[in-house]
Amino acid sequence: MNPTPPRTLDVDDLLDNPGTRIVVCCGSGGVGKTTTAAALALRAAERGRHTVVITVDPARRLAQSLGLTELDNTPRPVPGVADSNGGSLHAMMLDMKRTFDETVEAHADPQRAEQILNNPFYQSLSSSFAGTQEYMAMEKLGQLRRSDEWDLIVVDTPPSRSALDFLDAPKRLGRFLDGRLVRFLGTPARGGAFRLLGAGFGLVTGVITKILGTQLLKDVQSFIGAFDAVFGGFQERAEQTYRILQTEGTAFLVVAAPELDALREASYFVARLSAEQMPLAGLVLNRVQQVHADLSAEQGSAAAELLEATGEHPLAAAALRLHAGRVRQRNREQRLRNRFAADHPDVAIAEVPAYPEDVHDLDALRAIGRALAGVSTVP
Amino acid sequence: MTLTSTITPGGGRARPQPAVHRLRGVSSRDRDWDGVRLHVVTGKGGTGKTTVAAALALALAAEGGKVLLVEVEERHGIAPLFGLDSLSYAEREIAAADNGGTVYALAVDAEAALLEYLEMFYGLRRVGGALRRFGVIDFATTIAPGARDILLTGKVTEAVRRRTPQSARHDGPGPYVYDAVVLDAPPTGRITRFLNVTAEVSGLARVGPVRDHAARVIDVIRSPETVVHFVTLLEEMPVQECVEGIAEARDAGLHVGGILVNMVRPALLEDSVLAAASQGVVDVAALTRGLQAASLPDPSRLAQELSKEIVEHARHMRVAAEARSRLAAAGRPCYDVPFLDDGVDLDGLRRLARELRDQGAV
Repeated sequence: MNPTPPRTLDVDDLLDNPGTRIVVCCGSGGVGKTTTAAALALRAAERGRHTVVITVDPARRLAQSLGLTELDNTPRPVPGVADSNGGSLHAMMLDMKRTFDETVEAHADPQRAEQILNNPFYQSLSSSFAGTQEYMAMEKLGQLRRSDEWDLIVVDTPPSRSALDFLDAPKRLGRFLDGRLVRFLGTPARGGAFRLLGAGFGLVTGVITKILGTQLLKDVQSFIGAFDAVFGGFQERAEQTYRILQTEGTAFLVVAAPELDALREASYFVARLSAEQMPLAGLVLNRVQQVHADLSAEQGSAAAELLEATGEHPLAAAALRLHAGRVRQRNREQRLRNRFAADHPDVAIAEVPAYPEDVHDLDALRAIGRALAGVSTVP
Repeated sequence: MTLTSTITPGGGRARPQPAVHRLRGVSSRDRDWDGVRLHVVTGKGGTGKTTVAAALALALAAEGGKVLLVEVEERHGIAPLFGLDSLSYAEREIAAADNGGTVYALAVDAEAALLEYLEMFYGLRRVGGALRRFGVIDFATTIAPGARDILLTGKVTEAVRRRTPQSARHDGPGPYVYDAVVLDAPPTGRITRFLNVTAEVSGLARVGPVRDHAARVIDVIRSPETVVHFVTLLEEMPVQECVEGIAEARDAGLHVGGILVNMVRPALLEDSVLAAASQGVVDVAALTRGLQAASLPDPSRLAQELSKEIVEHARHMRVAAEARSRLAAAGRPCYDVPFLDDGVDLDGLRRLARELRDQGAV
């Protein structure tokens, strides 16, 4: 088998293009999405673009390196970014509950806003529903995009239950709030209007009352009563942001590690993005094993065995063993990558080597940025 | 790594006693988690918790019993590990273990669990269509806070409690269907909330059937027969999350099990060599002589190239050593799951399972 090498993603071309307004980094948990988003944003800023990066729950030391000390939902300038090319970098950490609260406050009169914010169901919903984080990340993205203050917005997506949540949760929440269930729950009296809801209604009513119990039902009802008046167009709002994502100015980057699980999820995500007509820029493959010597695993192992038999040269024997293991791992990673590339021949790939240490400062982010752009390897 | 005498499983509580229902002969081996029937396996995303959960299930089944491996995240990670296409909402046998044991698997789907729950407890059949039309399924499985978690943990704990029907001549409940259940659980960031369903529910539903259901679930979760194991890599962020997750789980009254250190690489170089190499210092001359002795072409260039790999490896190992000492401070027993260069398939899983048994984990 001699597979054609995968297409290489031209990261600088993407970042420099003034038409690129939004870059969304998505992928399964633990593949380095946040670091990738931060490295891309820094590179874009230092190449001359006014950039903001929205991160969700970054590791403490990465947050510190971006000058982020707390969740505060406002873009803050990142100190230490080179501005010689006329660009700038701001960063913000998304506080999902606060974004939700702010959205309520912006759209409701003070009295109604207070009523909503104090409702137990709202409090639980705004901090626990897996989809609110996604919804609020999209809401914030929409706000920043509409403000038109930035050349480029880089978004790190939340660590979802599944990659799908990112696309589906906003719509699902919107659909729920605009849906028949809400209209039923939100109407205190059982009037004749319910007959219009059609067959099965009585059954559904019974099940809900039985399972939720009256207390919870009351909380849900009063929440929806207050909320619905304010957010009649909730779903429309979600759809607006969704449409922004479909425009040409948006680029999705699927982030993965060269492992079976992560690449399977990446494959799935690529298929979903194309089904939703979302513009996919490419795949970022993080933590790729590096091999520096041109010696096969078999040659390495054989030479190591030879030396071990003599009992001499332990350093060389260990180095050869180490090398053979790295080659085997690299070969496995390349097989996985090539399988992905064969399944998705149109998807360009950028590879980033595995670094021994975590990212703690802008220099390390710059190194990753260079690797993403294909202009250097391990520092 | 075996348990030190000062550490007892179960968050400082007494070591779990072998449950009385255990009819099988007591193993002669020293098993750290003997008597535990629900093993919850969590870890940061990307640490390989599905792989470790699968290896743990095989290791447990090698006692000769029936073990159920459950996934709840709709990630479909179990099937490919065992060389299968997919799993569904039906328990099926997926692998034989040593000593006549068997591993069963189940992918729990929240919607199916809801419909099953309605049928089991309310005698409601064929209501799915109507519920879906009204958005009730969406509401219960994705929106209502905590409801999804109760549905998923409800199904898991039902499998833990399930007994085979006893013949008429015997009194009392029959034996458990599964000797152990292994849950490939949500990641560390969400595990405590996921398991701690009552807190969520009691805030919302103060009385009623949902509350009762949650109480049955929490009885199993809080029982000493349930422990939460944490999977980590020897890297900074996963260890940070692991240590924080353990503290959080403990504060929430959950029983913390062991730390499963995944993808452990063997130490190929002596400590002094590693220490120098992590500072970028490698004895290239000695390396060259060795490569020459092995008759490899262009030994001096090869030595330069290999020394780069040694330096990277040494820096990895330094990070790993720091990670180890942070994990040791967490005061839980640690077990090593070796890194397999060629990836993990069913044979690899069996190897990992043997490693876990050799270390006395199960």
